[in-house]
Amino acid sequence: MSLADVPVSLMLLGIAAYIVLGGADFGSAFWSFTARGKLNREIREHTHRSMAPVWEANHVWLIFVLVVCWTAYPEVFGSIFSTLWIPLLLACLGIIMRAVSYVVGGVAEQRWVVVLSAVSSFIAPFALGTVIGAIVSGRVPVGNAQGDLFSSWLNPTSIMIGLVAVTVCAYLAAIYLAADAKRNGLDDLSEAFRKRGLLSGVIAGVIAAAGLLVLHNDAAMIYDGLDSGDGLVAVIVSAVLGILTIGLLWRRSYELARFCAAGAVVAVVAGWGFAQSPDILPGLSIDAAAAADNVLIGLLVSIAVGLMILIPSLALLYGLVLGGRFDPGGGWAGGEGVTKGAMSTLLPPGRRKVVIVLAIAGIGSAMTFISSGGAVLYVGVALVMAALAIGFVMLAVTLVTTATQD
Amino acid sequence: MQALSFAVHIPLVCFGIAFPAMVVFMEWLGQRTGEAHYTAIAKRWSKVMITLFAAGVVTGTLLSFELGILWPGFMSTFGDVFGLAFGLEGFSFFIEAIFIGIYVYGWDRMSPKRHMLAGIPVMVTGFTGSWMVIAVNAWMNDPSGFDVVKGEVVNVEPWTALFANGHLWPQLIHMYLAGFIVVGFLLAAVYSYAWLKGRRGAYFRTALVVPLAIACLAAPTQLLIGDWAARTVADDQPIKLASFEGLYKTTEGAPETILGWYEPDGTIKYGIEIPKLLSLLAYHDPNATVQGLDTVPEEDRPPINVVRIAFQTMVGIGTGLAALAAWFLFVWFRKKRLPRTKWFYRAVVLAGPGAVAALIAGWVTTEVGRQPWVVYGVMKTEEAVTGAEGIVFGYGALVAVYVVLAAATFWVVRKIARTPFDDEIAALETGPPPADNASAATQGGDDVSR
Repeated sequence: MSLADVPVSLMLLGIAAYIVLGGADFGSAFWSFTARGKLNREIREHTHRSMAPVWEANHVWLIFVLVVCWTAYPEVFGSIFSTLWIPLLLACLGIIMRAVSYVVGGVAEQRWVVVLSAVSSFIAPFALGTVIGAIVSGRVPVGNAQGDLFSSWLNPTSIMIGLVAVTVCAYLAAIYLAADAKRNGLDDLSEAFRKRGLLSGVIAGVIAAAGLLVLHNDAAMIYDGLDSGDGLVAVIVSAVLGILTIGLLWRRSYELARFCAAGAVVAVVAGWGFAQSPDILPGLSIDAAAAADNVLIGLLVSIAVGLMILIPSLALLYGLVLGGRFDPGGGWAGGEGVTKGAMSTLLPPGRRKVVIVLAIAGIGSAMTFISSGGAVLYVGVALVMAALAIGFVMLAVTLVTTATQD
Repeated sequence: MQALSFAVHIPLVCFGIAFPAMVVFMEWLGQRTGEAHYTAIAKRWSKVMITLFAAGVVTGTLLSFELGILWPGFMSTFGDVFGLAFGLEGFSFFIEAIFIGIYVYGWDRMSPKRHMLAGIPVMVTGFTGSWMVIAVNAWMNDPSGFDVVKGEVVNVEPWTALFANGHLWPQLIHMYLAGFIVVGFLLAAVYSYAWLKGRRGAYFRTALVVPLAIACLAAPTQLLIGDWAARTVADDQPIKLASFEGLYKTTEGAPETILGWYEPDGTIKYGIEIPKLLSLLAYHDPNATVQGLDTVPEEDRPPINVVRIAFQTMVGIGTGLAALAAWFLFVWFRKKRLPRTKWFYRAVVLAGPGAVAALIAGWVTTEVGRQPWVVYGVMKTEEAVTGAEGIVFGYGALVAVYVVLAAATFWVVRKIARTPFDDEIAALETGPPPADNASAATQGGDDVSR
């Protein structure tokens, strides 16, 4: 594996994470829409509650993938986006509609919101699936808008992958929601989602198996890659995990099923990577597409630093969510929100402090204004900003604590 | 199209920059004093914050799509030069998303100290995220860190390109302050309106004065920082400066012309001319020479009137806001009370949208002022755009979507504002409520309607 391969591996990881986390969000919108009968309302509330704390974080994965792509493989990014702008735009519209319905759904329950979210939760994964289909079937030539506007993404492979994406999203969502419901002691709901999960799991499995036939006829390159070597291993791992997930779901081991299903997705995405390498687009190898080494190193260093902060943060978030801290009744043991015994009064700052801060601001302003560059200027700006921050706290405290006749 | 997207995204960015700091400050006040109305404000604001953040996530996602859909030429040529910044920005955004989730859903679910700690990463990443994006923009204004050999971009030095750039700091601090001004005045506008309607209990008074405090300190500071940013432009992008001012001929001791309309022959009609002021402002020397538009061929000049009017709008509103701030601070320091006249509160109500207008005008100034270049002096905008057919329909669809998104966000924020206080206050009853809090709570039932 050369340096040029590292970013693409990270992109695949990002795609897998987006499917596993963001995809479940689209799926949950689907289940909200199809909810009927006496569980209708409960299902909707439950899906919203489960998603709310993690919604934003889940959708950032997609941005991660795009950013890595344009930094590490600028030409690939330009080619894909100019040829496939229609499905990408559709995906984008889908994501926006999902966001609108999600945000509105947080405070209101209207039918149009549910319909909107269902439409969007179909469009977004489907369109992104067709994009992947276009790439794997070699329909994105290198260059600015060189591919066909429609047949590049409306073809058997694209449509098949689009459908797989939609069902997988629904399937993942059902598993997670079943797990969340069980943790909350909502047995009716977890049973309901178990049924949905089993059904959608079988459908996803059937489409995926049929998909291999489509690939055989329509995207021979990738099929060969999946039929041999590491690609084959990945396919088998994915299939085994997929079946295992359904078994776990059957036995009501939802938490395990959650991770197993995620594993199956990761395996498929890895298989795609193995099958497609060494080319990233037809006639363009990963090595040739990659940016210069120092750019890649810069990118990887920043990703590494980023991950060092990101991973513990994500662990904290998912730990809190999976630990039930955000569930109804999952309150803080220490009390009801207000700090006890913190009745100390705030006092406005004295005249001396005000004068000091004003002096700092004055000196800083003078330095900024007079200097045309160099250390004097930057120190000046730093002083101004520091004075501003301290001044804000002092002024705000004064304003809120001083009793006046206004 | 990208323009529209940015126009929608930028005010949301402001909230990302400034809002967390205000919310956390409110929470700190609440924890420090134990008084319930501070915490109630912080909670309510945090809900608005996450709504706007979700809208920001979406418009941000859309922007990264658009970069590809609309600017494949730009991205495939320079993606490697500035992509790094977006990578770091992505991480900032990610961390922000995580902690905003923890913060907003973590009220009463974790110890108050830890909860407040969770707000700090949100503040920090709001800053770092905008830092990275501004780094890219600064690079577009003052490109460096690469060589062009036979039309190919080689020897890319992303770190130098992005972070050793003279435009970065003035642009960043200018933007950062703009964030506080916009959010401060917008919030103050909402509560000023409530004030005019007679809602003046502890809750409303606090929610008014805290944003007002930050906006009134940031607005005058912005004049100073704006001066710095303008001097940077004068040094590195003389044509941009000349188009701010509509200065046709290179002039020694150039005058500043206010208002008016730039004519194609290089004169300004109906303008008010102040001798030597431009040289004084741009170079702090009344006799400095200012380069004119005639030094470059016509096709290398931006659309003068757009830039000029945008620039004057920004400066005009900015100065107005600073004056309003000075009024407030003056009354406070002389009389230790808020201004009494209704005109002050009416002015603040206007200052909210006014600050947004200035923000967008400022953005038009810097972006249109750089035209016809997308990367100043290196790549023209026409080389950067997509070659795909039918993209116009894409524009139409996006415009429609933005309208829906804006309407939905507005509706939700309003809905949050109208949620009765009962639950929150009931939860707060366990802490000893201050004497006048009950009145604030009952008044809160039908919150501001803006």
